[in-house]
Amino acid sequence: MRPEAIEAMLPWLTERHANPSGAHRLARDARRALDDAREVMACALGAAPGEIVFTSGGTEADNLAVLGTADRHGGVLVCAATEHHAVLEPVEGRGGRVVRVRADGVIDLDALTEALDDDVTLVSVMLANNEVGTVQPIAAIADLVRDRAPAAVLHTDAVQALSWLDVATLAAPVDLISVSAHKFGGPKGVGALVVRDRATLAARQIGGGQERERRGGTQNVAGIVAMATAAAAAVEQRPATVERIGARRDRLVDGLLAAVPDLIETGRPDRDLTDRDLTDRDLGAVVDRSGRIAGTGHLCIPGIESEALLFLLEEREVYASAGSSCSSGAMEPSHVLAAMGIARQLAFGSLRLSLGWSSTDAEVDLALEVLPPAIERLRRFAEPTQPTTASTTAPISGGV
Amino acid sequence: MAARVLVALSGGVDSSVAAARLVEDGHDVTGVTMKLWGGASDTGCCSVADVDDARRVAQQLDIEHLVFNFGDDFMARVVEPYVEAHERGDTPNPCIECNRHLKFDRLLRRADALGFDAVATGHHARVVEHPDGSRRIARGADPAKDQSYVLYMLGADALARVLLPVGTLTKAEVRAEATRLGLRTADKPDSQDVCFITATGGGRRTFLGDRIELHPGRLVDRAGVEVGEVEAVELVTVGQRKGLGLAGAGEPRYAVDVDVAARVVTVGPADDLLDPSVVLGDLVWSGTDTAVSVPLLAQCSAHGVPREVTVAPGAEAGSIELTWTDGPQRRIARGQSVVLYAGDEVVAGGIAT
Repeated sequence: MRPEAIEAMLPWLTERHANPSGAHRLARDARRALDDAREVMACALGAAPGEIVFTSGGTEADNLAVLGTADRHGGVLVCAATEHHAVLEPVEGRGGRVVRVRADGVIDLDALTEALDDDVTLVSVMLANNEVGTVQPIAAIADLVRDRAPAAVLHTDAVQALSWLDVATLAAPVDLISVSAHKFGGPKGVGALVVRDRATLAARQIGGGQERERRGGTQNVAGIVAMATAAAAAVEQRPATVERIGARRDRLVDGLLAAVPDLIETGRPDRDLTDRDLTDRDLGAVVDRSGRIAGTGHLCIPGIESEALLFLLEEREVYASAGSSCSSGAMEPSHVLAAMGIARQLAFGSLRLSLGWSSTDAEVDLALEVLPPAIERLRRFAEPTQPTTASTTAPISGGV
Repeated sequence: MAARVLVALSGGVDSSVAAARLVEDGHDVTGVTMKLWGGASDTGCCSVADVDDARRVAQQLDIEHLVFNFGDDFMARVVEPYVEAHERGDTPNPCIECNRHLKFDRLLRRADALGFDAVATGHHARVVEHPDGSRRIARGADPAKDQSYVLYMLGADALARVLLPVGTLTKAEVRAEATRLGLRTADKPDSQDVCFITATGGGRRTFLGDRIELHPGRLVDRAGVEVGEVEAVELVTVGQRKGLGLAGAGEPRYAVDVDVAARVVTVGPADDLLDPSVVLGDLVWSGTDTAVSVPLLAQCSAHGVPREVTVAPGAEAGSIELTWTDGPQRRIARGQSVVLYAGDEVVAGGIAT
């Protein structure tokens, strides 16, 4: 977490702990903090304060956007195949349409066009992908939706985006925007959904009437205050963060590509198809890996399995991730990579290199020192696969 | 000597205590649970509840806990062969294939790659070392829980790197140890049957029926006279009596032969099941070059009674024929493993043909 966010939340966990819905002075104190935080979040996300709905995180925000729209308006739900499960599962669960992506992870706009019609009530396409960092051409998508599915609202999961992209500008044509505090230096367990006045949805949690009856339940004041503090810092520091961390990400990925043979950088963009909107707008995030947010590098490493690699890395205090983990903790090849056309076997050897606003040059140096020999070791041991059983010649004497 | 040990934690009491003993012996221990089967929150084998138990035990012992996803290998090496065996009318033992391909191959190779010196499990069996340095699997201290039968495939390479810390304990001692340490798995029931088939999921019939076509079959006696029918020949095992619809008056009759292709199950009295010998293929000789003393005992199921045999080369290359010293014995269903012991030690095993 950002230190200023920790500092900001502490009073609301200790002496200033009142319920913002109360009627006394301490409650009004909490209410003011909530109102201030709402304005900060609105500013960061390019929304009006009344359009901010505080939630328990990105998943709840995504669920509220998708299922809240479906419950209110019915109709057909549409999303990209690379969405987070918090969008994908509700859309699939309601029999929605899942739109394919290209090899670089960008949604196939022709396929999206085919999926849109008057029955569609919600289209959800994430701003930046959480695994591979692909930035979607939201403006072009918004144009398509207005044109082909006039009854639909557009939702974007911007959970991964706030530190790296100008969400307020990029998501201006979007009706519903999800964010999660812990992705930009705030605490876990708090997030927000922007609900434009033109988008109406049914609450998922009812009772109490909080958040203008869009999300019942006493607000997590400390978490919300910390989130707003982190969001303000993330937005203010964004150009510098993008430049600094983007350079470190490039040094890391380029260094690995140079040091280790046969690495595949995931989803190299289809340069001739890169959407014009990606270059038209403020995409400082897209440094020289165009179409990718600055904090994300992603590799596929043929010949190894990443769950083994992660163990060798953590022994040297390098912490990376691979696919998505299920509740048992076992790693599964990611649906994102599958949607990008990456073979299951290759996906087992995927490596997600996530840098945050606080990642240092020393950490990049350490990763560059530790990763190549670890990969080399696993490739050496990967030689399949003579059974460990003994020979089939009989050593029995006296029996045979 | 302290070693880096990867201990397979199933979430059961035996592997919990195995890990605890390794820690107490001063080893550098890491726990791992293999995710072999089931979805994110499946019940039965590898359920989230079992992984939770394994993780909590590891936390209590202050060791790291990893989860390895070997689901694809388990499907290819254990589940699919199990289904195919039934399709042929054989009676497979998936636990043995899991040990052969997953626990003592896939996991062992993973452990090598990660720099571990040894892999430990909670099996009730022992690794014994002979004066010449060779090793064999031997029966565990608790005869009722002995699992040496399902470990017959371990060769010299594996035996040099496998630790079985609870093999010298009885089950009661294991539970007492778990209780003494306050492990949450102390009173957990023993696992049962085939881990990937659950009664709540409809059992073996549903499991196989979802994967292969099950065919009704005719029951005939030795003379070829039809005496009944079964719903699925693929589900009939040689030696089976119950479930054939032949209960009632007269001498009990058993399935003595299953011909899936012809959709025929031959039934007969117990005497028809008696064979003077059994031929084994897919032989594995245990990890020793030491000459084996006679007499040899053959055991045909996890807790079957070992009986003395003589061993001769089989008709096919690499096969052997075991002849029962005490005269004909109940037929061994095709696909079952038969393990040869010299005293308490495993010297070989193979699959009945």
